[in-house]
Amino acid sequence: MLSPAERLRVDVSASNRENGLATRLHVDLPLLLLLLLICGFGLIVLYSATGESMAQVQRQAVRLAVATVLMLGIAQLPPATLRQWSVPLFLFGIALLVMVLTIGEQSKGAQRWLDLGIVRFQPSEILKLALPMMLAWYLSLRSLPPRLLDVLIASLLIALPVLLIAKQPDLGTSLLVASAGLSTLFLAGLRWRLIIGLIALAASVAPLLWSLMRDYQRQRVLTFLDPGSDPLGAGYHIIQSQIAIGSGGLYGKGWLAGTQSHLEFLPERSTDFIFAVLGEELGLSGVVILMLLYLAVILRGLVIAAAASDAYSRLLAGSVTMVFFVYLFVNMGMVTGLLPVVGVPLPLISYGGTSLVTLMMGFGILMSVQTCRKTLQRE
Amino acid sequence: MLGEAFEDRRGEKRLFRWRAVFLAALVLLCLSLIVGRLVQLQVVRHDHFTTLSDDNRIKVQPMAPTRGLIYDRDGVLLADNVPSYSLTIAPEKVEDLDATIAALGELVPISEQDRERFERLLAQRRRFEGVPIRLALNQRERARFAVQSHRFPGVEIAAELSRFYPEGEHTAHVVGYVGRINEQELERIDRSDYAGSSHIGKVGVEKAHEDILHGHVGYEQAVVNARGRVLQRREQKAPVSGQDLHLFLDMDLQRDAAAALGGRRGAVVAIEPGSGGVLALVSAPSYDPNPFVGGIGFQAYAALRDDIDKPLYNRAVRGQYPPGSTIKPFVALAGLATGATHIHDGKYCPGYYQLPGHSHRYRCWRKRGHGTLAMKDAVIQSCDVYFYRLAHDMGIERLDDLLAEFGFGSPTGADIAGELGGLLPSPEWKRRARNQPWFPGETLIVGIGQGAFLATPLQLAAATAAMANGGTFIQPRLVAATRAILGAPLQPTEAQRHQIPDQDPTHWQAVLDAMTDVVHGSRGTARRIRNEAYRIAGKTGTAQVFSIGQNETYNEAEVAERMRDHALFISFAPIEEPRIAVAVIVENGGHGGSTAAPIARAVMDSWLLDRRVEPPEPPEDESVP
Repeated sequence: MLSPAERLRVDVSASNRENGLATRLHVDLPLLLLLLLICGFGLIVLYSATGESMAQVQRQAVRLAVATVLMLGIAQLPPATLRQWSVPLFLFGIALLVMVLTIGEQSKGAQRWLDLGIVRFQPSEILKLALPMMLAWYLSLRSLPPRLLDVLIASLLIALPVLLIAKQPDLGTSLLVASAGLSTLFLAGLRWRLIIGLIALAASVAPLLWSLMRDYQRQRVLTFLDPGSDPLGAGYHIIQSQIAIGSGGLYGKGWLAGTQSHLEFLPERSTDFIFAVLGEELGLSGVVILMLLYLAVILRGLVIAAAASDAYSRLLAGSVTMVFFVYLFVNMGMVTGLLPVVGVPLPLISYGGTSLVTLMMGFGILMSVQTCRKTLQRE
Repeated sequence: MLGEAFEDRRGEKRLFRWRAVFLAALVLLCLSLIVGRLVQLQVVRHDHFTTLSDDNRIKVQPMAPTRGLIYDRDGVLLADNVPSYSLTIAPEKVEDLDATIAALGELVPISEQDRERFERLLAQRRRFEGVPIRLALNQRERARFAVQSHRFPGVEIAAELSRFYPEGEHTAHVVGYVGRINEQELERIDRSDYAGSSHIGKVGVEKAHEDILHGHVGYEQAVVNARGRVLQRREQKAPVSGQDLHLFLDMDLQRDAAAALGGRRGAVVAIEPGSGGVLALVSAPSYDPNPFVGGIGFQAYAALRDDIDKPLYNRAVRGQYPPGSTIKPFVALAGLATGATHIHDGKYCPGYYQLPGHSHRYRCWRKRGHGTLAMKDAVIQSCDVYFYRLAHDMGIERLDDLLAEFGFGSPTGADIAGELGGLLPSPEWKRRARNQPWFPGETLIVGIGQGAFLATPLQLAAATAAMANGGTFIQPRLVAATRAILGAPLQPTEAQRHQIPDQDPTHWQAVLDAMTDVVHGSRGTARRIRNEAYRIAGKTGTAQVFSIGQNETYNEAEVAERMRDHALFISFAPIEEPRIAVAVIVENGGHGGSTAAPIARAVMDSWLLDRRVEPPEPPEDESVP
């Protein structure tokens, strides 16, 4: 009887044997295949969600292509190189976050964007990768499980970007960055009693967090608790998305036939709420197919992490995978009404390029970890 | 050393793998949560959300029914639905509203009020809905815009049906008019049935028959998007058009009656005795009802409202006048019916009457008295003392009972809105209204139709028709028949009738003879309208004017004119087989015989000589060879 961990190892070695050429090209074939399936599925849903706008689908396809190229590029970098970049990238990201708060562009009541002349981007995205890299670097230098001092330092490293991003304010991204940091800590072997202690601490800090929240964020939480209280205002999103999903039933109303989305009742249907379009048009069956694809990606990511030969690679790969999971869980939870509305897109499917690039670069890291293992071992 | 480090690395790796397995389990748990939620939404509560989804996108839109038309007895259209054209702007499609309106203003006149209404509606309506900037475009304006329309995307001419009264002021007091539904009416009506309607009958037949004229709302299901734009129309329930009304009214007679009044203030009501149908109902002066349909301007309305001649006042059904001597034939009949007197019983008129035990003298209009006269002469010469005596002998209860049978004291119930019931004085009324006991002298005054006694021209006409019928009172009615849809058979209306309780035909004949001699006798008060072609039964009357309006400007000549008595005349003809009963009142007209009777004669001439030789037959009756 094999332990689950051993079973993972067996799977990895099996796939390595089969994909010798892919490994040399630093491509993890199962992961690439899964990602392409999800992206293709996403484009089909997007075509419907945008009101059959081929132009938008093409624009998204171009973004996907660019992100895929970036992913394959990152995959070529050995984990050792990534490790060397960890600290400078983290410091660079923090510096940009500070800049955003001072000279950033205001949009919809939040300061998130930095205009660098050619590109406008959100520095908070960098931290989704830079923070796990930084933590992995720091923790991999220590013996694991981490001692209390290491945990404290790691917590500070997490808190700094999370608070900076929350201040913008961007609840969704700070949540994702925090989850990246916390999952790194967890994978590093954070002791259970500490975990329980931290949860207790978080519970006691929650009221403080409430006082730091902007009005619209509080409103979102309140509306989440009772969407009916404001059916035409903040609750409208949740109510309409639940109507869309619920009316989809087992098999959906059919592709391009969703009335909630096509008649514009569903807000942000091509971005944050695209999951509701899927639920309405393809029903439970379509949603479950997508979730199985997602689950396969997550499991593949965890397998890659578990098989990695050094602590840095393990922690980074595991953390990147968990960020991906948090993305989809928060989004699905929000759209189905399980979680409050926080602006988190459905990974690889929502219209837009920002999170897509970060996610694909994360998968590039996974591929790097998976395919560079032997190289690293040899050195 | 090396071995220990290796062990440590192995330990770390094992620790990591257990943590990874734990996370995988957490992921599975979380995703199961989501799936559970999806099952709840998509399977368990699927029907609920399907309903909500349909509610979202399918809006039920009301379709207004077409209002029934109103015709006179010959099919002359009195109330029509005509297309009305307005210029509308869809704000969504117009970039610069002000510039567009300014440019439109060069093609069609746009007033300040038009702009105000536009601004008001703009705030209420959705961006893609046309908002009217100008109403009631005429043909020239439509044409001018049509050739320039390419310059104005988003600006359109919209057509809707609007009520139009071709006969204008001639039918204003009969047919009435429709206007926009106001707050109070909204309380009263079935809102769902009026969901698509903007107008409702305000006065006249339009109001009285609102329920059948309006029809019933239809609905269509429209697929709409989140902003309310209609994308697709679906199954619909067609509206049921209102029923057409065919009146007894004869438009030619109506015009002739108005002409006969010759610009004087007053009312003429002509009734067909056999049916109770109203052949003509004139209140003068009148007004054009058409501006009221679209919403009459404040100034125009104030001018009508403040006009000293009160054109908006429907004298025919709301004007309450003392009937004066026109009541005498009915009092005479009451005397006969109750046995208080007999046809040939003489009463002595010394020029006044004193109640037993009282010194007050109730004067006859003829100071030197009529001597002894029986009922016939009393009616012909309109002897007040005869009727004082008769009223006194009958007592107020018996007199009131019979007058009430003729319809005095309560609205006739004719199908015209706003009718008043006049006032038939009685001890009970006096106790209630004035908290005073009834004095015997008041009975005498009722006997000559003066004092508090009030009747409308419509009541007088209906009572006269009952006299013409020899005792059958038929509730007057405007509508002869209704027609549900074009081509459907006419549905005649039912007459409400009752028998006045005096079965002795000699009584009726006696009163008829007396009324005939009022016109045809050598001493009749209306002998000037006597003619050879047909014989008329009638009775003149004069109603005293007690007061004038408080707020009217003081003008000596004018006031003097308005202090004069009202002239009344009731009549029917031909006496052998009455086909028309007419009540005429001329305000401040002086004497009934000289002013009102010729008007009645003109109306009867118009009906009996100029046009109708045969009584009309209902269209669906098969003619028997």
